[in-house]
Amino acid sequence: MIRKENRMQEFTDLELKLKSVKYRKMLLKYIKQAKAGHTGGSLSCTDILNVLYNDVLNVSPENFSDKNRDRYIQSKGHSVEALYAVLADRGFYPESDLETMCQYQSKYVGHPTRKVNGIEFNTGALGHGLPISAGIALAGKKDKAAYKVFTLVGDGELAEGSNYEAAMMAAHYKLDNLVAILDHNALQITGPNREVCSPYPIDEKWKAFGWHVISIDGNSISELRETLNNIPAEVGKPTFIIANTVKGKGVSYMENEKKWHHGVPSDDEYERAIQELSTEEEELTKQLVTD
Amino acid sequence: MTLKALNMGRANLEEFSATLIELGEKSKNILAVTSDSRGSGKLGPFAEKLPEQIVEVGIAEQNLVGVSAGLASADKSVFAVSPACFLATRSLEQIKNDVAYSNQPVTLVGISAGVSYGALGTTHHSLHDVAALRAINNIQVVVPADNFETREVIIAAAKSEKPIFLKFGKKAMPTLPRVKNEFEIGKASTICEGSDVAFIACGETVAPSYEAAQLLEKEGISAEVISMHTINPLDKQAVIDAAKKCKVIVTVEEHSIYGGLGEACASVLMQEQIVKPFKIVGIPDEDTVTGSQGDIFKHYGITAEGLKETTLKLLE
Ligand SMILES: Cc1ncc(C[n+]2csc(CCOP(=O)(O)OP(=O)(O)O)c2C)c(N)n1
Ligand SMILES: [Mg+2]
Repeated sequence: MIRKENRMQEFTDLELKLKSVKYRKMLLKYIKQAKAGHTGGSLSCTDILNVLYNDVLNVSPENFSDKNRDRYIQSKGHSVEALYAVLADRGFYPESDLETMCQYQSKYVGHPTRKVNGIEFNTGALGHGLPISAGIALAGKKDKAAYKVFTLVGDGELAEGSNYEAAMMAAHYKLDNLVAILDHNALQITGPNREVCSPYPIDEKWKAFGWHVISIDGNSISELRETLNNIPAEVGKPTFIIANTVKGKGVSYMENEKKWHHGVPSDDEYERAIQELSTEEEELTKQLVTD
Repeated sequence: MTLKALNMGRANLEEFSATLIELGEKSKNILAVTSDSRGSGKLGPFAEKLPEQIVEVGIAEQNLVGVSAGLASADKSVFAVSPACFLATRSLEQIKNDVAYSNQPVTLVGISAGVSYGALGTTHHSLHDVAALRAINNIQVVVPADNFETREVIIAAAKSEKPIFLKFGKKAMPTLPRVKNEFEIGKASTICEGSDVAFIACGETVAPSYEAAQLLEKEGISAEVISMHTINPLDKQAVIDAAKKCKVIVTVEEHSIYGGLGEACASVLMQEQIVKPFKIVGIPDEDTVTGSQGDIFKHYGITAEGLKETTLKLLE
């Protein structure tokens, strides 16, 4: 595994697993409070954001205006609650700020905006993240800068043609500093991607476009660390990571259920979710002590 | 005249989906085309009853409009349904060339329009759609105020041989009174008559305009309320008549104050040399405040109280 000097802290897999549980609890709390949010997709990408911000990106509140920082562009902007939780934990703003999420005059809106410290672009209209990221990656090449650009794309989002326009261009310019991570939870709003308007085969498409394609368990901290810290995966090619995830991950009754795309838990459901996550947290903490 | 209290109807969105099922059951030629938007478009029941009449293209709004234009050219009666923010922005070039300039009678249905998506933020707001589409030749732009106008415009759209863009929100709307119970695309609908202030409004801002008229009536001020549901082609005569009859004019819209209904009315009046106190109420050119649709309306004075204040200032 490639180690980075500029990483803030080094965590064990177990510590990062604990962080994921914490983030899931946080995002559920604020979704519940705001009575709005994209629950399922936030839970599916929590582990990805956790590994990016705690193990991969050289991004911190201190260096956020540094030209050489890595970039993260969340193309599937609707899962902003996961991003809000992670950025709060990384010190971009106090967690208490999130109490205002989606309320009158709050800057914590239901999609990413640059009003919030730590967020690079206003996203939420799907199909924008990859072209933007390709632009940043191209600038990096021109400047011979060392930074990398990561973007998170939804599998339903793959229907937007702009993705393929950027895919072609990124391969043409050999943007091996560019990584697209697909949150492959196999669901979109209407139902399974395969039934709505099938994006498959995904791997062959991106290979044909000239990308290096890797398929991993997108809810596995160790696989994410291994893969995301080894960029470029192939010199001269952009990397496409198919992160196989579970929509609603971590809350049994939300997992793989389309209604939790933007479902908001009732009081009862919320209690059950927190209980499940707390049990997981206790087990992980026990392991941490015995390790 | 005493203005009537309003009865609550359902959301225009629900009126739309119920009407589309009726039309679809009568004619197999009616197609709903969606971009992962059947849930937001309340088209679940349509899809269940008429599975052969729904076409899903995935999250791809440009494709949605291009495909719809193709279907329409092969004589299908097409309703392309997607959130207004994406439909009128992402697909603007398809709307311009494939639908409007190629004269394909597609009905573009912009759901959750204006600031209906509230705190989801500006990516999801559609405050520029009327401005963009008014500058394109050969597309009718209709913003129905209540369930009556929604139902009527859907029925008219199914018969229309011209492209049409319409948009509405998802909040329950009161049923408005009308001087004449008629609907025609391109003909303003007078909600109530008055002589001091004319409110020229469209869509979900007609109801607060009517409520403002009620508040003003208590102060002895007589308000005319016009539902200008069709912004293109604009009923110019209705604008002129209202302006001649009243001392001041207030336009109201859930849209940027630039390029929408207000500026369309101002243009008519200026060119007719009718100069009267005039105010465009809408969303100003700034980073739109976060909040629900109700919060946003209140913040920018699109409420009975706000419109009353605006009127009193203009009358001073
Ligand atoms: C251009 C655009 N069209 C439509 C939407 C509405 N929308 C928000 S999320 C979503 C489904 C996304 O599905 P997917 O990409 O699979 O995301 P995930 O499952 O990770 O939540 C849709 C259609 C949007 N935000 N942007
Ligand atoms: Mg998905």
